[in-house]
Formats: sequence, C-alpha cells, structure tokens
Amino acid sequence: MAHSRIARHSSKLVLGIPILWIVLFMLVPYGVLLTYSFWLKKYPLFVPAFQFGNYWTLMTDPQYIKVLLRTLKISALVSIASLLLAYPFAYYLVFRLKNPTVRLVLFMAVIAPLWVSYLLRAYVWKTILGTEGILNSFLMSIRLIDEPSGIFLYNQFAMVLTLTYIFIPFMVMPIYTALEKIPRSFSEASADLGMGPIQTFLKVTLPLSLPGVVAGFTMTFCLSFGDFIAPFLVGGPDGQLVANVMASQFGAALNWPLGSALAVVMLFIVLSIISLSDWFEQTGKVEL
Amino acid sequence: MPAIIELRQISKHYGSVIGIEHVELSVEDGEFLTLLGPSGCGKSTLLRMIGGFEEPTTGQIILSGQDVTDLPPQKRNVNMMFQDYALFPHMTVGQNIAYGLKMRGIGKVEARQKAEGALDLVSMPDKIDQMPHQMSGGQRQRVALARAIVREPKVLLLDEPLSALDANLREQMQIELKHIHDKLGITFIMVTHDQTEALVMSDRVIVMESGLIAQDGTPEDLYERPATPYVANFIGTTNLLPGQITARNEVGTRVEIGGQSLLTHYEKVPAQDSVQVGTRPEKARFLSGEDAEEDNTLLGCVVECIYHGNSLRTTVRLNDEQNFHVDAMLPMGMARAASPKPGDEVRIAVDPDNILMFEIGS
Repeated sequence: MAHSRIARHSSKLVLGIPILWIVLFMLVPYGVLLTYSFWLKKYPLFVPAFQFGNYWTLMTDPQYIKVLLRTLKISALVSIASLLLAYPFAYYLVFRLKNPTVRLVLFMAVIAPLWVSYLLRAYVWKTILGTEGILNSFLMSIRLIDEPSGIFLYNQFAMVLTLTYIFIPFMVMPIYTALEKIPRSFSEASADLGMGPIQTFLKVTLPLSLPGVVAGFTMTFCLSFGDFIAPFLVGGPDGQLVANVMASQFGAALNWPLGSALAVVMLFIVLSIISLSDWFEQTGKVEL
Repeated sequence: MPAIIELRQISKHYGSVIGIEHVELSVEDGEFLTLLGPSGCGKSTLLRMIGGFEEPTTGQIILSGQDVTDLPPQKRNVNMMFQDYALFPHMTVGQNIAYGLKMRGIGKVEARQKAEGALDLVSMPDKIDQMPHQMSGGQRQRVALARAIVREPKVLLLDEPLSALDANLREQMQIELKHIHDKLGITFIMVTHDQTEALVMSDRVIVMESGLIAQDGTPEDLYERPATPYVANFIGTTNLLPGQITARNEVGTRVEIGGQSLLTHYEKVPAQDSVQVGTRPEKARFLSGEDAEEDNTLLGCVVECIYHGNSLRTTVRLNDEQNFHVDAMLPMGMARAASPKPGDEVRIAVDPDNILMFEIGS
C-alpha cells in the first residue's frame, strides 16, 4: 500500500502548490485590502477600525464620483471604438480574405504589439501627437497649419486613442475566433434560401458572433477601466482616471484606507461586469 | 421530357490547375441524377456551380430556359441540402425551415403551416419547436431536407447527403429519399462517392474522372456495359487482364489471356488487337469434374478465400501469374466447405456474354 500512499501524497502536493499560491498571493491580499478599507487614517498612521467612513467619502465627495464617471465614460468609448474598428477587420480577415498567408500576417500584425512593452506603446502616441510629433510636422508640411498645435495631446481624445490602440487586440481576438467558428456553409445556406448578403449578416453571422463581441467588449472595458499609464502619459490635467487616484492614495496622499476602499469598489464594478457578460454568454449560448 | 438544366461547355480552372473541363450535361425535369466519382473529380464543384456558389471559368448554365450563369444563389430557383446540413444553431427547427419563406412575403402563420407540412413530408412532425443541437444526426438531416424543399424549388441539389449517417440509417434514408423524390416530382441532383448509393437511388448516373465525364448512363448501363476500365472498377469490382485478339468472326471475338483462349460476344470490339479483358467476379464460376465439356474456361490455382457472409470471394492465380477473383453467393444450405480451398487446381468458366473488352489506354 506504500505505492498508493505515495500517489495520495503526490496528488496533494500537486494540488497544494497552486492552492498555496492562490491563498498567499490572491486571497490574503484581498483580505488585507478589505480590512484596510475599514480602517481610519490618523496621520501619519492608519488605525484599525470597523467603519464605513472611507466608502461614505467615495460616495459623497463629488471629486471621486466625477473621476469614476469619467473612467466609465473613457472605458465605454474605448470599447466602442475598438469594436467599430475590430469587427469589420476581423470580418474581412475571416470571410473576405482568400489568401491564408496574408490573413495570418494581418492577424499577427494586430497581435504583435502585445509583445512590445505596454509603456512603450503608450509612449509612442506621445511622440505622434505631441507638438514636436509626427502629426504636427505632417500637417505643417502640407501647410494645413503654420505652427505646431497642442490640441492633439493631453486630453481625453488622446487617452481614448491610445487606449484603443493598446487594447484593440483583445477585441480582435475573440471576434476573430467567433467568426472563424461559423461554418462557411451557413452563409451559403442563407443565400441558397434567398437572403442577400446584408440580411445574411444580420440574421446569421452577427447573432452567431455576439459571444465574441461580448467577450471583447468585457476585456477592453475592464482593461481600460483599470488603466493608469495612458492618463499619466497622454491624459491632460483633467484626465485622471480611478486607477491614478487610487495610486496616489497609496503614494503622495498617503491614505491607504481610502485607497483600499476605492480598490474594493473598482473590484466590485469589474466583477459585476464580468458576471454580467458571463450570464449573457450562458443565456445566448449556441452550439455550432 | 424538357431539360430543366443544361450545362454548356462548363470549365473551371484554378490558376493553371484544371478542375472541370468542357462538361456538357442536360438534366431532364423530374429526373434523379447522380454525379459519382472519387474526391477531387469535380463532382461537388459542378453541383456548387448549379447552386451558384462557384462560377465556371467558361461555359453557361441554363435553368429552365434561362441563363443563370451570373446569378447569385439567392436569385436561382434551386435549393441545396448541404453536406454538414448547415442548420442555423440559433434558430428552432421551425425558424430554420421558414427562414427562406420570409423573403417571399409569406406571413408568419402561413410560413409555420408550410414548415409543418415539410416536416410531415420528412416524417418529423412535432419537432418544429426543437433546437437543432437537441436532435440526432439523422433528424438534423431530415430537417435540412425539409428546409431545402419548403420553397418548392425546381431542382434540389444534394451534396453527399448521407455521408454523415451510419450504415443502417444510410440504407434506410436512400430508400426514403427516393420516395420523397417520387412524391415531389422535382429534379434531384445528388453528389456522392458511394457507388451503391448511386446505383440504388438514381435514374441516371454521371461518372466523373478528373474533371471529365467518364460515362453517362442508367445504373444498369454502368454496371453491365462500363465504357472504360475506370468505370468498370469504380462501379463494383472487375477482373482486368491484358489480352490479345486472335480472331474476329460472326460467332464472336476470341482473345488470348496468358496462353488461355476465351470467346466473347461483347459488341464493342476494339480496333487494336491488344486489349484489356474485364469480367465481374460474380459472373464467373468454378467447374467441377462433370462439366468437362465447357469450353470458355481459365485454369488456375486458388490462393485465398475471403468470407463475406452471404458470399465468398476466391482469388485464383492464373497460369500467367495474374490474379482473378471469383465471387460465389452462399445460399441456404451451401456450405463454405464445398468451395475450392487454397492450393486447389481449379477451372473457371465465364459465359461469352459476360466478358467485356476495353481498348488499352481508354
């Protein structure tokens, strides 16, 4: 029976390591975060307590509500812009492009930036949009403007543009996968039964690709929602997002309890969005 | 009978690769026509051209007098049953069947009635509100058929309709499809690589070989009078042996096969003397000692016996080292034991009416 004892112990070991990992690096930090969110700040220390003052501040101080709404707006704009760009692109790759090599190259062209440092990709837009940037020198060279313009950088537009560029692969991938799973015979059958290309798209292709759209929307939305580099690099003075405010609570503002409460609220919002999209995916699920 | 479909000089080239070359075909109204051939012979491409899913490089497709070569699928009065059925997974069976009716301006109530009617025809009542993924393969196949016929097309195209079914169900569906064809009275054009399916179901079979029509005829034509060795071997099995014509006269043609002489009454006598001689395994039989008088015989030695349940295939090595198969049915009471065993010297008799001849290289 020694053999089975070894097997039993080894299976415990195999499961034990990841469980230990999850407990140590996920559950414990969440617990610490949650605990801190109820504490009091008594400069320069944080005092253990159980009170909802931090949450009350977040819900009543217009400063935080404003940042939260701005973050939701930016995330929504980024997701919508990504969707509008990614869907036609993925559709073109899957249904229109005949050459598989070109398809692969174009698909990789979208995915490849993911291997480049995130910071670098965000920084690139600074050099494109800035006063010394490519956009300005181009516009000056065609004499559309006489002197460099500062309107392109340090505003919400620059932020949406940068975030869309950074997160669009997460929209393209699920939509591409969803479209690719649709058998070619479906659109042929639809045409065979008398439907034109537009009706075929609306009645067959689009409904069957919705799970990909939902997955892509969820990912780009949640990623933008938690972003704090783009606002820092290309967002202007009124471009702070929730993550920046949160980071400052743990830094300059030195108010860990409030920062923790903000983190808990963010976590709650993101988890709600993910469960919503999960639920949507489950109810709308079809077997291809 | 008038032609419902005419294919005129249809060719399809993929770059420099030839898919289909100068195919001429006329399909009669109400016919059950089968395009038969191995994969890559161009049969599916031809079917998809009739459906409008592929364009011919050159040639014309005429559907009941109208040139439809450049029309998209949605503008042609033909419907296709797809090999993978292509049922829309996000719609119920009823919605799938009624899908093609909306474009015709048919109202919801009437569309549902028509869908029910089509489901009745394929013996699937009460399934109208089910989802495709809840159904078995055979049931889905019937739904696909119902969807294809509900618009009352002039021609129904079937792309390997039974290939996804298991053997028992396939046999049952062969007969059922034939009955539905008789009931509807419309033209069926089916693509298959299964020769049994083609023989059982069709009025006429087109055998295709690398983009060309190898033979066009009734199932009986193809089996009894194959035009080429290719057809003879694709439809059933044929013993093909090289032979030399030694005499041609009013009695028949005499051919020599590896030193043994056979008489044949086959009408299409090749011009050259070097020929291929073909015999169906089941049209040859073993002679016992008493039948000494038979003269159309081949001598050989049994090398192998394969038991097929209802029949026995015996492989005989002829004197010139060629193999010759003989199939014998095993009717009631006839024991396997009575047949020749490996190592036995045997005489094989073939009737002069059952010996085919082909030109070398045809």
